Amino acid sequence: MSAVRPDYVRPIDFRHGRVDMTHGAGGRATAQLVEELFVDAFDNAWLRTRNDGARIDVPPGRMVIATDSHVVSPLFFPGGDIGCLAVHGTINDVAMSGARPLYLAATFVLEEGFPLADLRRIVTSMAAASRAAGVPVVTGDTKVVEQGKGDGVFITTTGVGVVPDGVDIAGDRARPGDAILVSGSIGDHGVAIMSLRENLTFETTIESDTAALHELVAAMVAAAPGIHCLRDPTRGGFATTLNEIARQSGCGMVIRERELPIKAQVKAACEFLGLDPLYVANEGKLVAIVPPHDAKHVLAAMRAHPLGTDAAIVGEVVDDPHGFVQMETAFGGRRNVDWLTGEQLPRIC
Amino acid sequence: MCLALPARVVELLGPDEALIDVDGVRKRISLALLDGVAPGDYVVVHVGYALTRLDPAEAARTLALLAGVALAPNATVEPAA
Amino acid sequence: MKYIDEFRDGAIAQRLSAAIAIEARAERRYHLMEFCGGHTHAISRYGISDLLPDNVRMIHGPGCPVCVLPIGRIDNAIELGKRRGMIVATYADTMRVPASNGLSLQKAKAQGADIRMVYSSADALRIARDNPGREIVFFAIGFETTTPPTAVAIRRAAELGLTNFSVFCNHVLTPAAIANILESPEVRELGTIPLDGFIGPAHVSTVIGTQPYEYFAEEYQRPVVVAGFEPLDVMQAILMLVRQLNDGRAEVENEFTRAVTRDGNTKAKALVAEVFELRRSFEWRGLGEVPYSALRIKETYRAFDAEERYGIEYRSVADNRACECGAILRGVKRPTDCKLFGTVCTPENPMGSCMVSSEGACAAHYAYGRFKDR
Repeated sequence: MSAVRPDYVRPIDFRHGRVDMTHGAGGRATAQLVEELFVDAFDNAWLRTRNDGARIDVPPGRMVIATDSHVVSPLFFPGGDIGCLAVHGTINDVAMSGARPLYLAATFVLEEGFPLADLRRIVTSMAAASRAAGVPVVTGDTKVVEQGKGDGVFITTTGVGVVPDGVDIAGDRARPGDAILVSGSIGDHGVAIMSLRENLTFETTIESDTAALHELVAAMVAAAPGIHCLRDPTRGGFATTLNEIARQSGCGMVIRERELPIKAQVKAACEFLGLDPLYVANEGKLVAIVPPHDAKHVLAAMRAHPLGTDAAIVGEVVDDPHGFVQMETAFGGRRNVDWLTGEQLPRIC
Repeated sequence: MCLALPARVVELLGPDEALIDVDGVRKRISLALLDGVAPGDYVVVHVGYALTRLDPAEAARTLALLAGVALAPNATVEPAA
Repeated sequence: MKYIDEFRDGAIAQRLSAAIAIEARAERRYHLMEFCGGHTHAISRYGISDLLPDNVRMIHGPGCPVCVLPIGRIDNAIELGKRRGMIVATYADTMRVPASNGLSLQKAKAQGADIRMVYSSADALRIARDNPGREIVFFAIGFETTTPPTAVAIRRAAELGLTNFSVFCNHVLTPAAIANILESPEVRELGTIPLDGFIGPAHVSTVIGTQPYEYFAEEYQRPVVVAGFEPLDVMQAILMLVRQLNDGRAEVENEFTRAVTRDGNTKAKALVAEVFELRRSFEWRGLGEVPYSALRIKETYRAFDAEERYGIEYRSVADNRACECGAILRGVKRPTDCKLFGTVCTPENPMGSCMVSSEGACAAHYAYGRFKDR
């Protein structure tokens, strides 16, 4: 007689298995994936209830909610992966309002055939990032699309947080005279990603700077609650972020090329490809616009934090109805720092 | 046109290839257009090929010339003919 | 970066600026054309015009291979990309150039054409070797700097006996373009465009040497100074041109001595001569048909000529009537003289090639100099 164990469920083969349509169908396979992967990795009380939604306690105050989709390719890169990027990215979006991030939700759209080993690697990374940041992933969803209809995995994260009293940080609050600060070297993430792109292979030790900035923000806000603007210069880079704020606030800006922190390897990689570091993506930096009397205090608070050791004051907001962002070049002239047009592509000319 | 930059040859690899370095960024490039390249040389690289060697003596001479011109902006200029 | 940063020193720039201002004689004007798009880009990016006195004016020449590439040739490349199974490998510079029917290589890619950006002709060759069941066309553009790399790829393809690799050749020649400008009515006869001297291209000259420019200096009595790629190189070249003009000299001088000699790269030149030959005539966007100004693949390597292999038919496409790219490329007009500049025609929505390539006069001015136009 065979001794069949009635409760036996064969565990998912994470090493060799692949995502298939049953994982998204909502039945047993889905439940098993959720259980053995997501609940196991994120491991918190909310997910352990196995409810569809999470009941959360939110302290009093103004709430902030932010959401971001992550479609980065390649999925794994020096310094990180799509998973921790997704966690950091949304934590940062929430933090850029000056809010303390409290909870995250994460949805996954998986392509049929995607290796489960890679999925586990991504989810493990997300869980580690979430734990390190102290912001739990409390709910989520999984869907599967047919092969060819997705790029491996798309992740969307949504975050909620609360803004402390007395803090009013928004894109339209920059005023002439304000100081412009950046928390560290620009262009790292974009260069790290590009070094893996097919046909652009170059060797570099540059890693993505992906990081959760909420604690840096908390230190800055503690030093100066009157900060006007915060934004993380992701796609489009530092220049695009400045142009966005300039437009929202109806003013101009002047930055000084000599003050911009840029790593030597990032400069060199950009020279190779004919790219401008000002337009290359960052995933662990922020731009701060602060009233002039607060600039020194905010800078000190940034430099005292591990994610802001290379922080610098790089320019000023000026009165300019055209909203131009200009740069005093290290060479001595002045030039526009315009919006990024289309995608910045390498050039030979 | 013709984005190219000077890079230091780190090592020769196989026939007609070299590893070059610019401030820590390294790339494999072709030496098919240039003979007699040695590690330590600087070459001008365009679209993955070394086009010419950079002459350090001439570079120094040009820099000295630039600095020299710059130092004498108030020197008397020949009167107009 | 060694041999780069030293030539971007702002303090030396200031003093070079002062030297140019002193030596440029107040009673005359100096109209200097920088032929090379890379120089146009450097002049805009570093604000060199700001450091020149009012009577020294830079005219932007047509040395931007993307700018002078006719729309019809991009249409051809797109047609190739749409063929079933075909892979088109191209430098990224061509991707966004607007072609006919609202298409560009990038848009064709979005519609499913297998168009791949490469950094080097060697990458195109590798794609061919990795995909023996597919046909690959390498969309070759560029002046004399970029031609030798294409020649190497063709020679290598021949050595390897590759049957799935070919090149759509659009290589063009610098001296022919310079001659075309100097022969244009505005310059030669009417004198409406005073053109006093040329800044010769940096990297083209590493290949062809300074010798080809001697003809222009002699025949047209215009000084030529070959300048390096960095802003101090450009400023030093401007100073040297001012001096030549003051002295009444018309010589070829070399500012870029660290990389350029009179003979250039003989190995590269020989390789080009082995693989390519002159076309009788070639259409340049903005300049029209220019004789003996472009290359095609020689008979011996015809197997690698995409035009032969695929029976490509070229159809000339006129520019938007209001587009002034032609005049701008010849130095006759400035970006701000074009009605479309900054309104209909922007880097986001380029009407003509001067705007789509970042070293086109219009794109450079739009990106770096627009704030001065108010």
